[in-house]
Formats: sequence, structure tokens, C-alpha cells
Amino acid sequence: MGASLRDIKRKIDAVKKTKQITKAMNMVASAKLRNAQLRIERFRPYADKYYEIIADLSGRADASIHPLLEKREEVKKVGIVLVTSDKGLCGAFNTNLCNAAKKLALEKKAEGKEVKFICVGKKGRNFFKKTEFEIIDAKVDVLNTFDFQLANEIGEFLISNFLNQELDEVYAVFGKFVTVIKQEPVVNKILPVESEAEAGVSSEYIFEPSVEGLLAELLPRYVKVQVYRALLDTSASEHAARMTAMDNATKNCDELVNSLTLVFNKVRQASITSELMDIVGGAEALKNA
Amino acid sequence: MARTLKLEIVTPDRKVLSEEVEYVAAPGVEGEFGVLPNHIPFLSALGVGSLYYKKDGRRFYVFVAGGFAEVGQNKVSILAELAEKAEEIDVERARKALERAQQRLQEQADREAYARARASLAKALHRMRCRESAVQAGTCKM
Repeated sequence: MGASLRDIKRKIDAVKKTKQITKAMNMVASAKLRNAQLRIERFRPYADKYYEIIADLSGRADASIHPLLEKREEVKKVGIVLVTSDKGLCGAFNTNLCNAAKKLALEKKAEGKEVKFICVGKKGRNFFKKTEFEIIDAKVDVLNTFDFQLANEIGEFLISNFLNQELDEVYAVFGKFVTVIKQEPVVNKILPVESEAEAGVSSEYIFEPSVEGLLAELLPRYVKVQVYRALLDTSASEHAARMTAMDNATKNCDELVNSLTLVFNKVRQASITSELMDIVGGAEALKNA
Repeated sequence: MARTLKLEIVTPDRKVLSEEVEYVAAPGVEGEFGVLPNHIPFLSALGVGSLYYKKDGRRFYVFVAGGFAEVGQNKVSILAELAEKAEEIDVERARKALERAQQRLQEQADREAYARARASLAKALHRMRCRESAVQAGTCKM
């Protein structure tokens, strides 16, 4: 009995230590989440304006005006940019993203298209390394600290592949940050650039240079803006998912400690009772002798 | 008629500036353009250079690179790739970047590397020029 008492005690201590770690991770994640959320909020007006201008400009011009707007008649090669986190311990976040990407990839493959992956984040890369799909570029250990430069690099890579006919369509799969408790995998078409030409164009602008010139200047930037958005959203979602996961883990630790303490007390009580029985039994035996 | 217009400068990472100003001059890809209050809607891609605005008769300078400017309804929105107020510019860093770029231009390099060196040379030069102009205008300390 004594040994198992000690075992339970040891287990309780171990769970308590785990709880300290999960609690710390929760706090770190929430601090990082606050930063990531701030960045999204700062970026949103910028992205919205870009979207507005591109929609306006491409509404004025024919799609044949710029190669990035061109819809290929025969789509043979599809690129999927999958943005996941580098680290785990954030619940089903990465699994959900990978599954969404895999679903998309299988769909495209069933249509007879060749699928190539561009993975940002270790988890996605590791997942697709084991599948039949080709990974043409991977950026790992970059999401902890990144700025627009990263979006720039990825954007350049996508654009040059698109223009070389190495890719005919490019999609991004990333974790959209809805709220702290809700993140969802989304699929976004990045190339060719599609925008709903709005009917009734708002105001008559003077353009400098021409509409064509502006599009040539702004379309590649727009692609990068979209990539950056995917990166920002995923990083915020990752921290939010980790926060929730660690919060649950902390709660589970509490529950486990409670139930273990209960067992511990029961075992202790049982051992005291049995010892008492021994003593009483012994005393009775002596008295009778 | 409005006497002032609102100037807003944003980059992907932050809002650099938001102010009521009297005049804005920005470096468009086809040359500098000026905007006074009640300007008609206007859209231009931005080059690399100094933007300045007048407020209370004084000139304030901001270094900008890339992106575009939108003018409409007494508002100028600058969506730049890079934007730094004159006082935020790290002159020492710009000087070093300039030297590095010059050195790289000397070396025999392929076309892409050459273009990159040219771009960073332009940025460094304009950063330093922007700071100088601001110091001359008296809106930034040495």
C-alpha cells in the first residue's frame, strides 16, 4: 500500500508540473496573439484599399491587358500555397489545414491536373512530404518573426512560376482568424487575379500612368498583399488555437489533480483503516491470551 | 471650400501618418505631383523619393517607396511599400547601404543582382536626401 501511495503522490506532482507548463504556454500564446491581432488590424485598411483599387482598375480594362489577369483555357498545373505553423501543441489547427489542402489537391488531381505544393511552416511540409504530391518550395521556421519581405519572396516565386507556365492556377490555403475561439481553414484563389468588376464605377479618376501601367505596377503587389494576409491570419490563428488548446490542457490538469487527490485520500484512508484493524486485532488477541 | 486636406500614409506594417495638411507633393512614377485642397480624383503609382506636405507653412518630409497614391474628396491616401518620416530615417544605415550598393555595382554581376543593387542605391540615396531636405526646412534636427 505504501508504495502505491507514493506512486500516486508522484503522479500528482507530475501533473502539477505539466499544468505549470501549459499555463505558461497559454500566457505566452495570448501575448503573441495580441501582437498578431494588432498587425492584422493595421494591415486590414491597407489590404482593403488595394482590393478596392484593383477591382476598380480591372473593371475598366480587359482581362487580356495583363498576364496576371489571364485565365488559362487549359489548366494543367495547380499550385497550392499551404500556410501552417512551425510548432505543434495547438490542437487540431494544423491537421485541419492539411486536410483542407489535401481535399483541394485530390479534387484537382481527380480533374486530371498536376498539383504542386508551396509550403510555409514546418507542419504542412512534414505532412505533404509523405504524400505523392510534389513540394516545389518550402519556407520553414519563418512564421515566428516575419515581415512583408517574406510575402514579397513568396509572391515573386508564384508570379515567376505563373508567367513561365509552370503553374496555371495558384490557391492559398490558410487559417482564417475569425475570433479567438474560431479559426477556419479557407481556400483563396491567388492567381490569376480575379476581381468582381463592380458595376457603376465610383468616381472618375485621372490615372498616372495609364490604367495599363498602373495595373502592371499594382497587380504583382496585390498578389503579395494576398500572400501577406494569409501569413498574418495564419499566425494569429495559430496563437489563438494554441491558447485554447493550452487552456483546455490546464483545465484537464486541474481535473486530473482533483481525481488523483481523491484516489490518494481513499488509499491513505484504506491503509490507516487496515493498520487500525491490525492493532485492534492484535490487542484483542493479547487480551484473550 | 475646404482649406485643408487629409493626408494618410500607410504601409503593410503600420499607419505612418494621418494629418490635416495644406499641400502634398509626392513622387509619382512619372514625376512629382502636387495636391492642393479640392483636387479632382487622381490615382498614381509611386516611385522612390521624398514626399513632403505643408502644415502651418512648414514643410515636413517623408521618405516613400513603391505602392500608389489615391486622391479623392479632399483626402490623399498613400499606400506605400516603405514609408519613413524624416526623423525616423536611420542616416547611418542609409550611408552604409549606399556604400554597399556602390560596391556591388562595381562588381561584375548578373542583370538581376545589378537591378537589386540599383534599387537599394536609389533607396539609400533618397533616404539621405529626404533627411537633408527636412533638416534644411527646419522640421527635423540633424
